[in-house]
Amino acid sequence: MVNQKLVGFEVKRIRADFPILDRETQPGIPVIYLDSTASSQKPIAVIEAMNVFYRRSNANIHRGVHTLAEEATALYEEAREKIAKFINAPAAKQLIYTRNTTESINLVAHTWARANLKSGDMVILTEMEHHSNLVPWQMLKSERGIRLEFITVTEEGLLDLDSYRSLLDQNPKLVSFTHMSNVLGTINPAEEIIRLAHEHGAVTLVDGAQSVPHFGVDVQKLDVDFLAFSAHKMVGPTGIGILYGKQDLLENMPPFLGGGDMIKSVHLQEFVANELPYKFEAGTPAIAEAVGFGAAVDYLTSVGMDAIAAHEHEITEYALERLEEVPGLNVFGPNSQDKGGVAAFTFDDLHPHDIAQILDRDGIAVRAGHHCAQPLHEKFGVRATTRASFYLYNTKEEVDKLIEGLYKVKEVFN
Amino acid sequence: MDDLYREQIIERYKEPHYRGHLDPNDIQFEDDNPLCGDHIEITLRVDKDDKVVEAAFDGHGCAISQSSADLLVESIHGKALDEIKSMNKDAVLDLLGIELGHVRLKCALLSLKVLKAGVYGLGEANDDLVA
Repeated sequence: MVNQKLVGFEVKRIRADFPILDRETQPGIPVIYLDSTASSQKPIAVIEAMNVFYRRSNANIHRGVHTLAEEATALYEEAREKIAKFINAPAAKQLIYTRNTTESINLVAHTWARANLKSGDMVILTEMEHHSNLVPWQMLKSERGIRLEFITVTEEGLLDLDSYRSLLDQNPKLVSFTHMSNVLGTINPAEEIIRLAHEHGAVTLVDGAQSVPHFGVDVQKLDVDFLAFSAHKMVGPTGIGILYGKQDLLENMPPFLGGGDMIKSVHLQEFVANELPYKFEAGTPAIAEAVGFGAAVDYLTSVGMDAIAAHEHEITEYALERLEEVPGLNVFGPNSQDKGGVAAFTFDDLHPHDIAQILDRDGIAVRAGHHCAQPLHEKFGVRATTRASFYLYNTKEEVDKLIEGLYKVKEVFN
Repeated sequence: MDDLYREQIIERYKEPHYRGHLDPNDIQFEDDNPLCGDHIEITLRVDKDDKVVEAAFDGHGCAISQSSADLLVESIHGKALDEIKSMNKDAVLDLLGIELGHVRLKCALLSLKVLKAGVYGLGEANDDLVA
């Protein structure tokens, strides 16, 4: 039996907080959830916080003066403060609620970029980006002729910082990159990338969809200009995310969507935009989801981000070791030192859909496809991979089940 | 779900009977499944009565997409193009003899989509063809 106990971290206790982990996909087959990189499961604390909100405090926020509206507004704003503290933001008003990471990046592309980038201006991205940090910039490229350049990815799956340095000499305006690859698991040296960008006068955006859920991210230590992340990948609800930005940048950006709540005053011919963060939050937002997001952050904080990171590291290291034993299996990305809890692999010439479907018979949930990172798959010369990913509730026994399942896949096709 | 990978499907996947590319051909069409990059090409030869005399498929993908393509191509030999036009998803599901979830249905129906787009002479395939 593998020892699951880490200092201050008992996975059995954690698992008891996540009711879905008790379900069976078929009679006698418990779910083995290895797809948290796509979306994490939710603890009772988050589910209940949203439940209680709808049962007790539900009302629209900000304009009402009645008791329920007051309570709803307070809960919505308290959550923002909790999330701000979670990423060590100087002020809660620097956090804008969005739908998700994708919308956060699009917000920057629509407002900051449209106000600051002109034809020929250079934006640096990387070859390991998720489509959400590629397509908004490609759209801006076709609209106004900005230039996209890419930090190359090495064979091991690391960013080639030499290629970055040579791009920096060409006067980039923005460097936008993922903190952690959702395919390779690579944790990029964000602090260094940001420091170099700033030395060359470029603004920085970090896609934190995979980093903020899995280890401590401190926006002041990183000195990042924009950080985007989603609640649903960090034990929170779907439908809500955050764009963090430095105050002077946010203040000088034009508004995003127009409508209620984002205005100070409206006349027939013009409007005056509201102050931060409301300037970017038009219309009734996802209020219950914000409350759930706050509860998610409370939950992660109570477990401890360092403990979560240590647990994931241990599971990932074990998974890589076990996957390596399987003949014909090839894991992409760096070794576990620079790697978060993700193992994307090919297995002989088996199709990822077939692998995932056969694993599902044993309740094992993995993802199959290009994981919204098609250019990265093209670079490595594969059409698709199968991806297992790990979070605070996963165990080594689940990794063992995955390995057993993979041998069964092989049997089916023999 | 359990017989999703029953013998016939695995066998057809490993050793398809109708894999190939007919050259010359009367009808040719190809398309991808954007979810997974699976690719199917179908080529047909038809006689003067618009009946299929020879058919073949080519491409790559999962066991479901490739075996359903092989079974589909087999089933249309001797069929009139008008008959092919009236085929729907049930035709493929009957050939496979299994139930499929939403995502895997797309894998199974890629070949029918390609076939019908070719027979109709469309510029682009669409999901309405296999509704």
